[in-house]
Amino acid sequence: MELFTNQVLAGIATGAIYACMALAVVMIYQAIDHLNFAQGEMAMFSTFISWQLMQWGIPYWWAFLMTLVISFAGGILIERLLFKPLAKAPILTNVAGFIALFAIVNSVAGLTWDFTIKQYPTPFGSSPFLGSQLISTHQAGMIGVTLLMLIGLYLFFQFTRIGLAMRAAAALPESARLVGINTSWMIALGWGMASAIGAVAGILIAPVVFLEPNMMGGVLVYGFAAAVLGGLTSPLGAVVGGFLVGVFENLAGTYIPGVGNELKLPIALALIITVLVFKPAGLFGRAIVKRV
Amino acid sequence: MSAAAEDVVTEAPAVEAVPKRAMTLGTGTSLVILAALLVVPMFVKNFIIFQMTMVMIYGLAVLALNILTGGSGQFSLGQSAFYAIGAYTSAVLMENANINYALTLPIAGLVSFAAGFLFGKPALRLSGIYLALATFALAVAMPQLLKLNFLEHWTGGVQGLVVTKPDAPFGLPMGQDMWLYYFTLAVTLAIYIGSINLLRSRSGRALMAIRDNEIAASAMGVDVALYKTLAFGVSAGITGIAGGLGAIAVQFVAPDGYTINLAISLFLGMVVGGVGWLPGSFIGAAFIIFVPNIAESINKGLSGAVFGVLLFIVIFLVPHGARQVAIVAQQLIGRLRK
Repeated sequence: MELFTNQVLAGIATGAIYACMALAVVMIYQAIDHLNFAQGEMAMFSTFISWQLMQWGIPYWWAFLMTLVISFAGGILIERLLFKPLAKAPILTNVAGFIALFAIVNSVAGLTWDFTIKQYPTPFGSSPFLGSQLISTHQAGMIGVTLLMLIGLYLFFQFTRIGLAMRAAAALPESARLVGINTSWMIALGWGMASAIGAVAGILIAPVVFLEPNMMGGVLVYGFAAAVLGGLTSPLGAVVGGFLVGVFENLAGTYIPGVGNELKLPIALALIITVLVFKPAGLFGRAIVKRV
Repeated sequence: MSAAAEDVVTEAPAVEAVPKRAMTLGTGTSLVILAALLVVPMFVKNFIIFQMTMVMIYGLAVLALNILTGGSGQFSLGQSAFYAIGAYTSAVLMENANINYALTLPIAGLVSFAAGFLFGKPALRLSGIYLALATFALAVAMPQLLKLNFLEHWTGGVQGLVVTKPDAPFGLPMGQDMWLYYFTLAVTLAIYIGSINLLRSRSGRALMAIRDNEIAASAMGVDVALYKTLAFGVSAGITGIAGGLGAIAVQFVAPDGYTINLAISLFLGMVVGGVGWLPGSFIGAAFIIFVPNIAESINKGLSGAVFGVLLFIVIFLVPHGARQVAIVAQQLIGRLRK
């Protein structure tokens, strides 16, 4: 039983990473209706910016804030320059655009900061949390920040005019335009927010997985899986999905014989697909009703 | 708007109907290209012949994805898994059972067809982004499955298998590369013509009806579930044959040759070639084989960025891929004739 509890705790700790990423994924999905394959790379780039700022002697929290602002602006810039012109192109062409962005960001980061693994500081410290060896204070802090972001997003979308406008623009663009919402800028805003949330995720994850241009590869896959499992329309679902995927993965690795580290990912994915077969809109997603 | 306020209502998007002829090239153009493909290898170096062979092989895999996505409207990021199944089937049969390479291809196709058909069953319940995730999972899992211990006796585990390149039969005076080129050309041609006829047939029309409006198609009596899984099967089968050919051409199979990156490349090939336009598959294949090399020759450190920029340029100029170029060219020629 102790093994079980420990594995669940460890799963929750890694799950926090996936939850962070999944939240960013859902944000942009809400705004633009696509999964952004370059999301992880954008988060990695933001993390490198904050690292660079700290190398220049700027204190942690100032660097953190400046990175958020830079990422927000960067996200908007990317949307305006690269994806607004593609708005009328077929969906699959947009997906190709995400892949191109992925390649560009990864390669530029690799050239600027090279591929050596870097330490990244944590503001929470890394001593054991409440006497447990499995969750460190950093991981507890990470879970806390993720939950705070979730609450903040909920309040933003539910209780502000602009949050309502963003939801309207995503759900029914034509009707939203008719009531005077600038849908094109709502999309840009969505990109900016997703990019900033991605930056937070990257900064929280970096102390655990270390900073390097490929740090997000694995995390993004789990982030997508978590987002889809929770339902792409629900930020809460994304966070719950993140923790579930983390726990699944750990339990599968511990209890199913013959599953080493190598097979953890396929098993987690297989489980998610099984869930989707029975609940095609994800655990918390709203079923989409189609008019014919 | 009388739908319940909580539900998200989306209008079924209007899809432009694709005229049948738009799926292919004219007879004249096809014959000229075929003649060029027959003659060119006699005048170029072995390495270029090898690259042309690879373009055809990847072209087949892209074509298979095109039948699935352009034909039936389903999306797959898992084509690398079917490619791997085909490649391993051919390699294992050739090396462990000493079966002639040409005979392994239909078996590779059948095994992949079965795999695709079975995978298509549960995938029926998924669509769009969820189907993408499911196929993605398959692609991620495949290299790990190929490394499994109890399969190692046949698959060679992490090491993979070395495949012997076949000699030209009947004492024909040509090198291995050139023979393989003509062999691949013959297989490609057969599959290409078969695919075009498939899309023009009753089944092809049923697939396109499903793509354009699933509910209308089922109201017209199309067995949606059957045709969707069949599309998966056929697509996987062709990909499997391409995989088998690929294994023979590169003389080597290993789990890490068939990662998700291959599936992403094939997807890019389809977009660049034009979704739903079969000849474009080969243009797309040429793009995914040559452009990374070009990018590397422009700047080694930034090759990824150069590749991304080139890809952006292509999709900015022609969002509908090579198909758009072909349509414009056709119109120009038509105007010149007048």
